[in-house]
Amino acid sequence: MKKLDLDPVTVRKARSLARKAGKPIVNLAQQHTTVSVERAVLRLAGLTGADTEGIPWVNRLADTVRADVGLEHGLALPVWDALIRGEAEDLTVLAQKAASGSVTFRMPEGRDAVRARTAARKMAAAGMKRIDGRRRERDRLIKRHGDPKQRPWIYLIVATGDIYEDIPQAQAAAREGADIIAVIRSTGQSLLDYVPEGATREGFAGTYATQENFRLMRAALDETSKELGRYVRLTNYASGLCMPEIATLAGLERLDMMLNDSMYGILFRDINPIRTFVDQRFSRQIHARAGIIINTGEDNYLTTADAVEAAHTVTVSQLLNEYFAKEAGLEDWQLGLGHAFEINPDLPDSFRMELAHAMLARQLFPNAPLKWMPPTRHMTGDVFRGYLLDGFFNLVGAMTGQGILLVGMMTEAVVTPWISDRDLALQNVRYVLGAAGNLHEDFRPEPNGFIAQRARQVLGESVELLEEIVDDGLLNAIGDGTFGLMKRPQDAGRGLDGVARKSPEYYNPAIELLEEGTR
Amino acid sequence: MSIIQPYGDTTGDGMVQLSFTLPVPHDKRAEGAAVQLANKMGMDPALVVHSKPIGDDFTFFVVYGPVNHLVDTSKVEVIERDYPLLSPKEVNLAIRKGLRRRLTVVGACIGTDAHTVGIDAILNIKGFAGEKGLEYYRELKVVNLGAQVAVPELVRRAKADKADAILVSQVVTQREAHVLNTKEMSAAFREAYAEDARPVLVAGGPRFTEQMAAELGVDRVFGRGTTPGEVASYLVDALVTKKVPAKRSA
Repeated sequence: MKKLDLDPVTVRKARSLARKAGKPIVNLAQQHTTVSVERAVLRLAGLTGADTEGIPWVNRLADTVRADVGLEHGLALPVWDALIRGEAEDLTVLAQKAASGSVTFRMPEGRDAVRARTAARKMAAAGMKRIDGRRRERDRLIKRHGDPKQRPWIYLIVATGDIYEDIPQAQAAAREGADIIAVIRSTGQSLLDYVPEGATREGFAGTYATQENFRLMRAALDETSKELGRYVRLTNYASGLCMPEIATLAGLERLDMMLNDSMYGILFRDINPIRTFVDQRFSRQIHARAGIIINTGEDNYLTTADAVEAAHTVTVSQLLNEYFAKEAGLEDWQLGLGHAFEINPDLPDSFRMELAHAMLARQLFPNAPLKWMPPTRHMTGDVFRGYLLDGFFNLVGAMTGQGILLVGMMTEAVVTPWISDRDLALQNVRYVLGAAGNLHEDFRPEPNGFIAQRARQVLGESVELLEEIVDDGLLNAIGDGTFGLMKRPQDAGRGLDGVARKSPEYYNPAIELLEEGTR
Repeated sequence: MSIIQPYGDTTGDGMVQLSFTLPVPHDKRAEGAAVQLANKMGMDPALVVHSKPIGDDFTFFVVYGPVNHLVDTSKVEVIERDYPLLSPKEVNLAIRKGLRRRLTVVGACIGTDAHTVGIDAILNIKGFAGEKGLEYYRELKVVNLGAQVAVPELVRRAKADKADAILVSQVVTQREAHVLNTKEMSAAFREAYAEDARPVLVAGGPRFTEQMAAELGVDRVFGRGTTPGEVASYLVDALVTKKVPAKRSA
């Protein structure tokens, strides 16, 4: 696959700069916790359900404990201390009592602390065992039904807002050829500081991510996988303020892929950078454990910044995402690093540049299932021109061995896809893969031609930007608007009040189990 | 000539193309149904040039043919919006030239409303309906206070940030909360500012209609389906082009 003559020294330098830029962030993440990381522990321990207002019990319990003893020690010790003291027979009753104000929490000391620690670890370990079981179950089902026959895997989206509408649509999409079904979330869920509960039928331009919705959709696709003789993967979003909890629910319900970018929430949702990086690390550790493939969001940069001028910011973000992912325990096969076909088609040589960028990503990350995203920005409503553009997008995908191909719709920016749009889009993909799927065997760009030079130029610019980031510090670079043109200072943004610096007494059994890493 | 027909390759041929899906299996009857639909739409003769099954229960058609309708361009009514729709580039340029500083927008979901869907669709860079939110505009400084912001806090932040415009969104309509909250907001701003120094007040939400501006005491109301570009264009019109209300130079 080594088609571009990239200088191995430059490539090594880029990786080592990404590590240098990322390391301080990892340290920062290790020094802090967040409300959502702590609630994830309660979810792992099996606390589900919500009160009559729809606020989950994990939030009610977490809020009370925090008010009594603070967040900095973690929730595990005060919560399991209360259980051991006999305040309630289980977590649900404890949460109910906490909400009504009839229990007071304390930080246990000495032998009490040891007992609380042991009990908390036992419950968290039971949850981790469920996640491990789900992973084995996936391996078994893939063995039984098989993986898709072709690469890239074909990724289609459903988004009706109603889980009971989504299910037949998802099953139909799988029958039409989708290998991966993504259920788009309701607009605004990323900014909710709780995970809604139960099966939901109302969403804005998408369906809420809830444990029950995950379960329902996975069960439906299991049926379809059996029918089709091919394991159909399910995707959702571990992003926003509840990323650690949603990652945990995804592990518990055997979701297969999660959108999970290290900086997306900061840049595009104005979530506090520290909150995001802490939540990120935990959610990636969970994904690593659960055998979930992450999809990163570099395509988003190109919807706001120019795809030619900002090409190197995509590479830089991919390198950072790779560093953060591996640090959290993810393996190459789990890195669906993102990039997109977003260059203005009116520019001369736009296709050659797309090809150069895609080949660069392929060669920098040879073992990662890259996620290739279709044009959106230059889809004008002219569906005929859009169909052609999607064909060229598919061709780049085929020529550069992309792992995951999000199917482009000619009606992008016009309507949510109709049944015929999806069918035509899949015909487009099938034609291109059938006609040119093996073209990569013959295709070698001229060593000093346009494509090779463009790839080297983008790599060179990436190294320069990484050097600046290392000098400046990644948090400052984000504050200065380096990515996607957004300026996000570290002391602002949503969710900052849900961050605490860990005390010396801090204990979190989930993190302990994840870092021990034995399955 | 104000009476016209579609044009294929000859003046007056009336040719159009049409594609659609019918929820029936692909067979002769389905093709007949497609012709019938095209006929009813005024296409006669209708030529089904392509039909293809989509799964077992649907069929996709492409149909060509002349339509027997005429259109009179002199009778076309165009509803003009009272401000020109600008691209992000034009918005930025107008502000840079007209205001010579960035225009500050403070947004919030006020009262107990926790539904930031509306305000986020307009403000977040992520945007809505394929358009980037106001954060994307270089010349707009956006302060998004998020959900459940108390009116006095909104006024305080507006003063601290020297807001040119206030955007509030309201989704929850129980017991007319959206109307009451918005009235409380506009009254508070009118009390806190001299009229000629007051920021432009904009309210938005799915249950508002544009005619409600006077009742709510705001300068503009945006209803369901409003895009960030429309809001940005309005702000330029109100604050740069018309300079209403007159602003102290900041």
